[in-house]
Amino acid sequence: MPISTTVNGKKVTLDIDPETPLLWTLRDELKLTGTKFGCGAALCGACTVHLDGEAVRSCQIQAGDIEGREVTTIEGAHDNIAQAVQAAWIKLDVVQCGYCQPGQVMSAIGLLSQIPKPTDDDIDKAMDGNVCRCATYQRIRAAIHEAAKSI
Amino acid sequence: MRGRPFTKALLPIAAAAFAGAAGFLAQPLTSGHGVVRTAIAAPADELFKPIATVLRDPRCMNCHPVGDRPRQGDDRHFHLQNVSRGEDDLGFVNLRCTACHRSENNAYSGVPGAPNWHLAPLAMGWEGLDDAQLCAVLTDKSKNGGRDIAALVEHMASDKLVMWGWNPGGNRKPVATPHDVFVKQLHAWQAANAPCPKSATP
Repeated sequence: MPISTTVNGKKVTLDIDPETPLLWTLRDELKLTGTKFGCGAALCGACTVHLDGEAVRSCQIQAGDIEGREVTTIEGAHDNIAQAVQAAWIKLDVVQCGYCQPGQVMSAIGLLSQIPKPTDDDIDKAMDGNVCRCATYQRIRAAIHEAAKSI
Repeated sequence: MRGRPFTKALLPIAAAAFAGAAGFLAQPLTSGHGVVRTAIAAPADELFKPIATVLRDPRCMNCHPVGDRPRQGDDRHFHLQNVSRGEDDLGFVNLRCTACHRSENNAYSGVPGAPNWHLAPLAMGWEGLDDAQLCAVLTDKSKNGGRDIAALVEHMASDKLVMWGWNPGGNRKPVATPHDVFVKQLHAWQAANAPCPKSATP
């Protein structure tokens, strides 16, 4: 049965096995390749997207789970918080290799959407699921504080 | 038998028989005669002991911590990714339970899942409690979500999240006590009016 959902504000209908991970639904079916595969086991956060406004690991969510719901990927993150995060990321030159950054940015947006002025402890708790192999954690923390100033 | 001076004054066997009879009247269809005979014969401590053993199994205890961090695995290590309780026992921002846990086990990744996956309330933290303390917390309606004994037994016997403990998926060990045996133990305890062991501390 086709799956009707909304991805980045656009309604889409997917003719796909409902057990297909959302990650591969986005990348292979919808060609939204900004969301990255990291581990496939909810351990790294590279595949983080928003489902109804909350961060989820798209490698664990299945296509059947998104029926009637709203998915936002890095390609669709455009609101004022997303813009603040993007500006802070550029200003502080956060990215090194960049592979994990779509997930990092989606988690940062998720955090700032719910806690506009996060403490270091808030950042630790909310960002611990996003691993960075280049260890850019200090810059990520600084960039979240920087983004918070302009929200 | 807590809070019943009359039964406290009786000999232990008589008290158990009284409680068992009361339980039998309350639960004639679900308990069965064999179960009630067991309840009458067993002292209060013995009725709750096997239940406590199940509650201390990692499958149960990992999500009944006394702090804000769930545990995982048979060795009960802290949940990876610094996962914490959050305000509603469903996880902090970005690391909500449902960010990874679905309503069923994920056979591909090994991530466990069951309906209503969440951390037990802090009031239902069980770590470090002896049998008497565990029983007292479990049966305290101000801590257990307002459940009376029947609701408590129903929760432990059939709640889908609890039942997950016997179908944990992946390489996780299920609860050691078979579920049907656990249910019989619960009914025996219930039939005896859910007695709690006496505390080891004065």
